[in-house]
Amino acid sequence: MIDGWLLNLLIIIVKSVVLTVVLLVYLAYAIYIDRKVWAAVQLRRGPNVVGPWGLLQSFADMLKFVLKEPVIPDTANKGVFLLAPFVTAMLAVAAWAVIPVNDGWAVADLNVGILYIFAISSLGVYGIIMGGWASNSKYPFLSALRSAAQMVSYEVSIGFVIITVLLCAGSLNLTEIVRAQDTQYGMLGWYWLRLLPMFVIFFISALAETNRPPFDLVEAESELVAGFMIEYSATPYMLFMLGEYVAILTMCALLTLLFFGGWLPPFHIAALDLVPGVIWFVLKVTFFFFLFAMVKAFVPRYRYDQLMRLGWKVFLPISLVMVILVAAVLQFAGSAGAN
Amino acid sequence: MAAAFFYLFSAVLIASAFAVIVARNPVHSVLFLILAFVNGAGLFLLAGAEFLAMILVVVYVGAVAVLFLFVVMMLDVDFAELRQGFSKHLPLGAGVGAVVLIELGMIAVGWQSAPNALEAAQTPIAAGVSNTAALGQVLYTKYFVFFQASALVLLTAMIGAIVLTLHHRPGVKRQKIAEQNARTRENVIEIKKVPSRAGV
Repeated sequence: MIDGWLLNLLIIIVKSVVLTVVLLVYLAYAIYIDRKVWAAVQLRRGPNVVGPWGLLQSFADMLKFVLKEPVIPDTANKGVFLLAPFVTAMLAVAAWAVIPVNDGWAVADLNVGILYIFAISSLGVYGIIMGGWASNSKYPFLSALRSAAQMVSYEVSIGFVIITVLLCAGSLNLTEIVRAQDTQYGMLGWYWLRLLPMFVIFFISALAETNRPPFDLVEAESELVAGFMIEYSATPYMLFMLGEYVAILTMCALLTLLFFGGWLPPFHIAALDLVPGVIWFVLKVTFFFFLFAMVKAFVPRYRYDQLMRLGWKVFLPISLVMVILVAAVLQFAGSAGAN
Repeated sequence: MAAAFFYLFSAVLIASAFAVIVARNPVHSVLFLILAFVNGAGLFLLAGAEFLAMILVVVYVGAVAVLFLFVVMMLDVDFAELRQGFSKHLPLGAGVGAVVLIELGMIAVGWQSAPNALEAAQTPIAAGVSNTAALGQVLYTKYFVFFQASALVLLTAMIGAIVLTLHHRPGVKRQKIAEQNARTRENVIEIKKVPSRAGV
């Protein structure tokens, strides 16, 4: 009996470690893609010195951050100051525990997987608030206030978007949600087409939820220097960056799972069915990450009141009405109405 | 393994709940309160109430505690002044505390469940029905009226909060998006021919 649960525990630990390592290595190249895309848009070459085509740039950066001296401000609240980046990084990675990268390939296949991710991402704001408050400085605190208001606002519309997907799929389990999108129509049967307005709202809200441009008012350089990260350096700073980027990848993964059919191939043709599901998953996540990078390169930053107006006066009513509409269609037309 | 986790969650829960009242810094108190909430969610999970656990984290930790944290951060409290009257108020505080403790003890000792309570309670959830689905099935059928009534209470509270905080000061210039979008080239741009060396 004891051997049984010890073995289970060991398997879970090994799975988690493998997932984390793969995630972090993927992250290193995601950051590289990010920088290359901005460089291409701005007619620069981007990272190109470390390793062939600059492929090792992210690792060099990591080494630099780790070897630098962490500076802790004298008036900072030291415990909370050091806890904040760890909270951000830990929570961001923890969200990946329930994400199925292939059919059945999740560390924990929870019945309430989507709620778990929603809960974890709503905790993400604490890293920022704690960092901003513990720095004991004006700009970080202003930035913490902004980020809390921003993230709480956009969580509301993200919640409603998730509800419409849940209504269509009839489950809170991420694996079930992807399976519900497996129809004969291939990629036309995925929820991005059936729930197109919600897909657009989710994409934009994901940008706001992860503090990505054009909604990066949390670290608006021209107003707040560097936002809540001003006082951070070396490893704690790196943990903040890591947490932010992993959160972005989580949002890309959520877009993939909820709207783009997760590990499903775009069409059920023999050649495409042969490709392992995990490759489709990674390709789709990379596609969304590329879109995030393009948005950052193209779109100028929003003003704070515009951001709040968009969240509360545009997205919230639209998503509320959509929830009612989707529920009504499902009730009166049966599940055929959604197909 | 479940027992080990139960003791872990309970121990951290009690320790952090204790830390909430003894922490000197109120912000630390709120942070410990959040830790207590999260461990409470862990206990829910162990009891099989996964939906409640997640909702506890989303609502209490993700939204309510954020507001607590803000209020506490914004408060400009002088801690030395707060602790001044400690010995003076100690007897009164201890007395109230003792009364509450004794009453709670009496309830705990004299607790009796109603004779038919167990039969009236929901029987274990049927196999194959997830926790969330089971909750939804009773919430929207058997307890529909109560559910709607509590929603109305929340709606009233929300409207009340908006009414209390919304001030329309005259004289403040506001951006009107509709007006801005309605501007056209014809009614905002005027082209003037300026004669050379004469000015407008």
